[in-house]
Amino acid sequence: MRSISRAATVPRRNLWREMVRHRALYILVLPSVVYFLIFKYLPLWNAQIAFKDFQPLDGIMGSAWSGFDNFMAFFKSYYFTELIRNTLFYSFAKLLFGVPTAVLLALAIFESKRPFFRRLVQTITYLPHFLSWIIMYGLLLMLLSPGDGLVNDVLKLLGFKPIAFMTTASTFPWVVILSDIWKEMGWSAIIFLAALLAIDPSLFEAADMEGANALQKIKYITLPSILDVIVVVVLLRLGNILDAGFHQIFVLYSYPVFSVADIIDTWVYRQGLLEFQFALATAVGLFKGVIGMALLVTSNRLVRKLSGSSLY
Amino acid sequence: MKVRRTPFDVVYQTTVEVFMVFIFLVVAIPLWRIIMQSVTPIDFAGTNLQALALSPLKWSFKAYEQMLSHPSFIRAAANSTKIVAGGVVTSLALTIPLAYVLAAKTLPGRKILSTFILIPFLFNPGLIPNYLVITGLGLADKLAAVFLPGAISVYNTFVMKSFFQGIPEELRESARIDGASEITVLFRIILPLSKPILLTIGLFYGVHFWNDFFSALLYLNSSSLTPLPILLRNILMAASMNEYVEANAFSEASILSIKAAGVILASLPMVVAYPFIQKYFTKGTLLGGVKG
Repeated sequence: MRSISRAATVPRRNLWREMVRHRALYILVLPSVVYFLIFKYLPLWNAQIAFKDFQPLDGIMGSAWSGFDNFMAFFKSYYFTELIRNTLFYSFAKLLFGVPTAVLLALAIFESKRPFFRRLVQTITYLPHFLSWIIMYGLLLMLLSPGDGLVNDVLKLLGFKPIAFMTTASTFPWVVILSDIWKEMGWSAIIFLAALLAIDPSLFEAADMEGANALQKIKYITLPSILDVIVVVVLLRLGNILDAGFHQIFVLYSYPVFSVADIIDTWVYRQGLLEFQFALATAVGLFKGVIGMALLVTSNRLVRKLSGSSLY
Repeated sequence: MKVRRTPFDVVYQTTVEVFMVFIFLVVAIPLWRIIMQSVTPIDFAGTNLQALALSPLKWSFKAYEQMLSHPSFIRAAANSTKIVAGGVVTSLALTIPLAYVLAAKTLPGRKILSTFILIPFLFNPGLIPNYLVITGLGLADKLAAVFLPGAISVYNTFVMKSFFQGIPEELRESARIDGASEITVLFRIILPLSKPILLTIGLFYGVHFWNDFFSALLYLNSSSLTPLPILLRNILMAASMNEYVEANAFSEASILSIKAAGVILASLPMVVAYPFIQKYFTKGTLLGGVKG
């Protein structure tokens, strides 16, 4: 803190000298800055085609401005409601089911008195997080495929008819939600476990002396202590509410379930790259980006106010 | 100090342990299933029994043999390896200086740099603008298209920056007083101290690049450049043998076991790296200051 204010109030002559003294650092960071300019800022420049009637042959500069036409076309289209609905549905559902599961898992690991179980469960639940969704797709095929999936085998054994879970509109959303929880619960639990381990043990000892049972300890000590962390995690996830899991849905979806599977990002991909509607897709992407940014900034401000730590 | 164990406590503890076993089974059963599928021979009948069996009733490694000897597979594995190698080197080369400079307390313009990086992080214009840039640069159909655009992860940068900030400033200052240039300070003093974070971030990037399929899908058109995830996806989506295997090849393994074997082989690097990942990821996440 001291040095930052020093640099800010240093007179012009000394500022230049500071910069020259550190010139090696500026040169060092130059390639990274160039990277940002090319791969992060140039796309921002390209984003203007959202406001144009983009003709690839005319290029960005040669295409005429069309104002908010692309945006209005999207808002009025039938897709608008469906995409927003699906996107929000998946994000909220994953949040609603995923966070409690992760907290429960962390609690169980924390409360378990068998080190072997703790190590075993931790090891195996962390692993799926590092597997790509393509591998998960393979796993899900082995479980849910109507012909040879494990779940359908069991159903057949019990006398039921097999269900095509991944290609039926009514079951697809649950495949998405449950597989996401399965994959991420271990990883999500890490933060909660760290918070649990940080609770002062003397609190528990005092409670034992008062004769508290296990559930009372959870209710009065454990949960309140990690409430902050839970709130922070939820807030951060709310900041990303418009990212409903593009990679997952892209790998798992198929034509029969588009109506329930399409989120903003998958639609942008199809309309933009497969149907070549560059300007429209960019407009939608921009719309998502602006709202996403507002959400991120807001949620981060709230987090900073609440806990003193932040995403950045 | 003796604590009374009430019947309630016993019930509670048992519930906890049962839950642990349950979670273990929920994760382990699908994994076990796919391993079993991959070693099930083509002529095995009776999937109903197989569903509940604890081990494959008959073993056959034909699926693995076929996968491992297939030229497409070898090429795809090589491509993925090239992507990871190129990616990790590029990413570290770009991320380390950035994190280091961001952590340098006395540098004028640090705040500006920080804001400069954060703006695109908060506001992403989406798929199409990025696509136009990358194809416009002539990166289409080159392996670099997969790792170059994602070379710097802002998250990783800030984790690394936190780490560098944890290194005492005095170390740098005293070296500078002794006449060392900034570069010397970075390479001779800071980096050797940073092995854990370098390994962690390197692993972060490595995992990311190995698993990436979408960039590859978008930008790589030649079949000679197909990386492993794309190949795997094609195999998984193939409904019959002919779509994957060359028309005149005679397959001794069922398409199902080939799919399963493909998944297992594709996840092997992750599994092998997993002990290292476990050691460094949890430390890295906590090191990076994701405070509880």
